[in-house]
Amino acid sequence: MDYRDSPAEAAFRDRLRGWLRSWLTAQAGTFPAAGDEYWARQGEWHRALYAAGFFGLSWPREYGGRELPPVYDVILDEELALAGAPPRPSLGYLVQGLGRHGSEELRRRFLPGMIDGTERWCQGFSEPGAGSDLASLTTTATRDGDDYVVHGHKVWTSYSDVADWCLLLARTDTQVPRHKGLSSFVISMRQPGIEQRPLRMMNGVTTEFGQVRFDGARVPAAQLVGLPGEGWALAMTVVGHEREPAELGYSARYGKLVRDLAARVQGPPPAELTWAVVQAEMLRLHVRRRLSERLDGVAHGPEGSLDKLLMTWTEQAAGHAALAVAGTGDPDLLSAYLYSRAQSVMGGTAQIQKNIIAARILGLGQTEGKAS
Amino acid sequence: MDARLTTEQAGLRDAAARLAADLGPGSVHDLADDGRVARLEKAVAATGWRTMRSDGATGVEAALVAEEFARRLVDVPFLGPVLADDLDRAAVPADDLRRGVTDGATGWTIAVDDMAVDARGIERVLILDGNRLLAGRTVPAPAGAGRTGATRAGADLTRHDAEVAGPLEPAGELSGEQAGRWRALALVLTTADLLGAARGAHALACGYARVRRQYGQAIGSYQAVAHPLAEGLALIEGSVSVLRHAAWAVDALPPAEALGAARIAKVYCARAARDICETAIQVHGGIGNTWECLAHVYLRRALASAELFGVSLEEVGRGLP
Repeated sequence: MDYRDSPAEAAFRDRLRGWLRSWLTAQAGTFPAAGDEYWARQGEWHRALYAAGFFGLSWPREYGGRELPPVYDVILDEELALAGAPPRPSLGYLVQGLGRHGSEELRRRFLPGMIDGTERWCQGFSEPGAGSDLASLTTTATRDGDDYVVHGHKVWTSYSDVADWCLLLARTDTQVPRHKGLSSFVISMRQPGIEQRPLRMMNGVTTEFGQVRFDGARVPAAQLVGLPGEGWALAMTVVGHEREPAELGYSARYGKLVRDLAARVQGPPPAELTWAVVQAEMLRLHVRRRLSERLDGVAHGPEGSLDKLLMTWTEQAAGHAALAVAGTGDPDLLSAYLYSRAQSVMGGTAQIQKNIIAARILGLGQTEGKAS
Repeated sequence: MDARLTTEQAGLRDAAARLAADLGPGSVHDLADDGRVARLEKAVAATGWRTMRSDGATGVEAALVAEEFARRLVDVPFLGPVLADDLDRAAVPADDLRRGVTDGATGWTIAVDDMAVDARGIERVLILDGNRLLAGRTVPAPAGAGRTGATRAGADLTRHDAEVAGPLEPAGELSGEQAGRWRALALVLTTADLLGAARGAHALACGYARVRRQYGQAIGSYQAVAHPLAEGLALIEGSVSVLRHAAWAVDALPPAEALGAARIAKVYCARAARDICETAIQVHGGIGNTWECLAHVYLRRALASAELFGVSLEEVGRGLP
């Protein structure tokens, strides 16, 4: 056990720091790290990070990753936050989903572009009528020759309006139990039959919350991921990974936020701030422990829900700290606070995470809803 | 960067867990079973873990044993003797007064604010006053009570304080660095105790929620009961992560940083442990509020460990950069 960087890790951190410094300097010292401005330039950031050798660190080499141990992602997240750079684009859950469930042909076609940032992606799972109860979704994909034709309504499809591709979950069979009638597809977002209607978030951000209507959009049958009816397994892989702070790369940002808040305080800090500092430090160490455990090949199942709860509490504590320090007077901090409320909803609500923990880890009996 | 336990550390943890499961109190009634306490005392003494620091054990290893002992409410001294041993190990000059700290025969513990802690059956105490070490004795027990020092009833039903009798004699000195590391270890061991108590209370509550039935179902199947227990497990995982780093830091980081890490761990784990123990009482319903339910024994132990070398949120706040 040693929490310090190994010589190789320290050398990597140094190189990364040097590159970040010169890159940010080239951007006139700053690059938007949040909000609409960031999302307008996210592709640019992703490609620069990849070209410099700092993205896709723990993913397979054959698809463009660097096959480094997972702890390198921790170093990346920490240094990005420290430098005030944007977070690492959060694609891990899509890479895992396609990587684990897609054919070799699909992986070769789509993973490299996803990882190097030349193609942008969104995830089409939730629907207006299918939130926590995802398996009740009603978007259909119907076979028509060599294609499937898609009809339905997806929501919370983050950044769907700038995406080239969507990992879509749709019903291909209505005659079987509902979990078994779902399939997943890689569908092009650049075609007729797709209408974008993003929702404005309560903090004013206009581009994040995608909403998409599919009305006769087509997807080749060859872009079905796995076999028809295997969509639920992919969905569980994706949401499982979506729930880990390590995949989201967010956690280091909380440390940065609370340090910035502390720098604004004269005299004794408010208790909310100190508590947020404690939580952010806990989460930093928790991510390190979790990623270390992966060196043993520990694959996470329902434990991701524990990580998600810890991350949620930390972000919401940081949001409260922002209010305690700055009130509502600072637009960026108010926005950070308002955005923190989404953390207990996105990627599975806090209540769903608790159901999963109670049923699958604690063995407390059926609490996940009967309808399945 | 590697936060994993070594194979040896995992083995030590398992051995401590086995011993505690075999001989720790399984019920409130067991607390009064002198035969069991004597067997537990003998077993713990035989492990040599009370002097593990002078045998070269790391803070991580000491914390693992403390956590496992608290999880099963081990009610013979551990934390106090380990801290006494760590003082003895660090102090110069080697002193006759302190001889015997390592022989384990009569036992030493530490005193804080003139109160010997974790003092069941222990006659001798070490006190760190600034960087100076003082040695003293506990107030002797009434005649006929054997070697047991006179203990004072406190909140904790599993560990006992004892009054310190004067005079205190100088027993050596620690460097500033050593004193800092010792304080970090004291925070880490009490934090490990908090985590262990939280885990024990949580397991007790989950076990009850699986078997207690109302409205025809196990109460754990209701979200109103299941969700606080799920939150408890997340708090436990967060506590493990923050404690492990602090325990590692005791030996690996400069003392000021080790103390900073320990303060953060203690504040986090103390809040988590109280929350989890209170939930355990609530999940048990009326029974949870009775003397016979172990939930309050865990809560009491957690409160005592939070208070001993206590850290306030304000104290952490003063250390913010």
